[in-house]
Amino acid sequence: MVGGRQLGGRLLRLYLPLGFFLVAMLFPFYWMAITSIKPNRELYNPRIMPLIVHQPTLKHYVDLLEQTNFLTWTYNTMLVAVVTTVISLVLGVMIAYPLARMNFPGAAIVAIGVAATYLVPQPLLFIPMADIINKLGLGNTLSAVMLTYPTLLIPFCAWLLMGYFKSVPRELEEAARIDGASRFQAMLRVVLPLCTPGLLSAGIFAFTLAQNEFLYALIFLTTSEVRTVPVGAITELIRGDVFYWGQLMAAALLGSVPVALIYSFFVDYYVAGLTAGAVKN
Amino acid sequence: MAVGPASVARPAPVTGRPLSLRRTVDRESVFSWLMLAPGVLFLLAFVAYPFFYGMFLSLSERRVAQPGVFVGLANFVTMTQDAVFWQVTRNTFVYTIVATLLKMVGGLGMALVINQQFRGRNLARAFLLLPFIVPTVLSTVAWMWILDPTFSVINWSLVNSGLVKETFSWLGNATLAMVSIIGVNTWRGLPFYGITLLAGLQTISPDLYEAAAIDGAGVTQRFRYITLPVIKPVLIIVTMFSVIFTFSDFQLPYVLTHGGPANATHLFATYAFDIGMSAGVLGMGAAVALAMLPALAMLIVALTLYLRRE
Repeated sequence: MVGGRQLGGRLLRLYLPLGFFLVAMLFPFYWMAITSIKPNRELYNPRIMPLIVHQPTLKHYVDLLEQTNFLTWTYNTMLVAVVTTVISLVLGVMIAYPLARMNFPGAAIVAIGVAATYLVPQPLLFIPMADIINKLGLGNTLSAVMLTYPTLLIPFCAWLLMGYFKSVPRELEEAARIDGASRFQAMLRVVLPLCTPGLLSAGIFAFTLAQNEFLYALIFLTTSEVRTVPVGAITELIRGDVFYWGQLMAAALLGSVPVALIYSFFVDYYVAGLTAGAVKN
Repeated sequence: MAVGPASVARPAPVTGRPLSLRRTVDRESVFSWLMLAPGVLFLLAFVAYPFFYGMFLSLSERRVAQPGVFVGLANFVTMTQDAVFWQVTRNTFVYTIVATLLKMVGGLGMALVINQQFRGRNLARAFLLLPFIVPTVLSTVAWMWILDPTFSVINWSLVNSGLVKETFSWLGNATLAMVSIIGVNTWRGLPFYGITLLAGLQTISPDLYEAAAIDGAGVTQRFRYITLPVIKPVLIIVTMFSVIFTFSDFQLPYVLTHGGPANATHLFATYAFDIGMSAGVLGMGAAVALAMLPALAMLIVALTLYLRRE
């Protein structure tokens, strides 16, 4: 009797709501996946039960790879994400380290400035930025996005890393300094290795944010061979009123795979970064 | 603070000899500013400068590939006489307020559910966060197909379960289009609230609940007097972040509705994009984007101060 009541309570408080959340959060991905393997005659026939695939096909994937520049877009997306992540991590460390561990004139104002730039949303800046990039002659190059993405990522990395840098006891650094290490060497050999989890969190986050970026890529990348996956999918798989749904879903799924893979390996670091930095979305 | 060891460690300058380069570079303030310089210069050049340049643009009559003319506040005056601008303002506030409330309540619910003990909890947490990590444009494309006028799976389910006779035009009707972009924004942002609030909940010791229960506190009282006070700081930070980026959202409405039908889902960012980029009227576009500034500035200042106080 008691057991039954407990199970009933658990069903109501745990399993039902958990099931609801899982279905609500994951259904779009299921829908993406099955749409990408449905033949067109199933996709566009409202009489066929749409929740399952009756005759799976890989045609949309083949078309996506053969008829579009999807592989180029993927390469561009990865290249930009890796380059901007590295730049942002290095500059983020260089900003966070003195702010977290040094006393110097101007520290407070720099800290406030970094926090403010972290919170300034892109839509406030994109119009002047477009003009600046054009004047620099960088329109329609990957350099344009490599230069602009770090404006979003550096403040984020710096903010996240400051917390980690503060947690390393000063005595460790002092010990290295007594042994003759310069401040730079003490940072490189003592503090940074101890902050590896923070560096991983910041790196993974910067990477996913870079993959998510759309506005600058949409404005700056205007020909197919320089586009990233989101811009390529939106501009080339939707032509006027014609939507290539099968290919769109295949592109969406394949485009999500790199982020999902990295996330699945480092989920704990990702969550740590999320909760430490309370992140941009 | 470690004042003692620091003063011991600091090498005393040798009198009568000029400081070597190495020692100069190693001085705390010199080292700090050398480290900061590249990043700070970069942010000045690509955040601060565009920000002020945007203000300058908003005061000019300026089109793409043409020289600008200073017009003072003319763009802002024209803007306030534009009915669409006021519609966009209302849209943005409705979108931000409703989506934020839904994400907050739903996220708190999600956090309370996962905070219970069960097998596979970490796996569930990992899966529930997926909407937040997948690139927005790509998941929004999936939603476009879910909300398709002819082949919407939601319509199919409603009709086939006998709940409705007529299908809904999710993205074609002004009200439903707003409901749709709010729904998709909630779907994507809810896990962010859920997982961060969960981290807040996990800092509460179970002993506290037990002690309260022994003292006769009910479920509601325990939530009100133990749970809420502990997660309040997390909730405030998460909400302010989320409000800033919902208020200035671009990707989701741009992809899902392009601001339509008839401007019903245009937000500040998408409207500024249409004017500044699609039509190439940079000055007016910059002015529309800057219309976000008063509300954003208040939030940014509040959150910056709050984060600094932490």
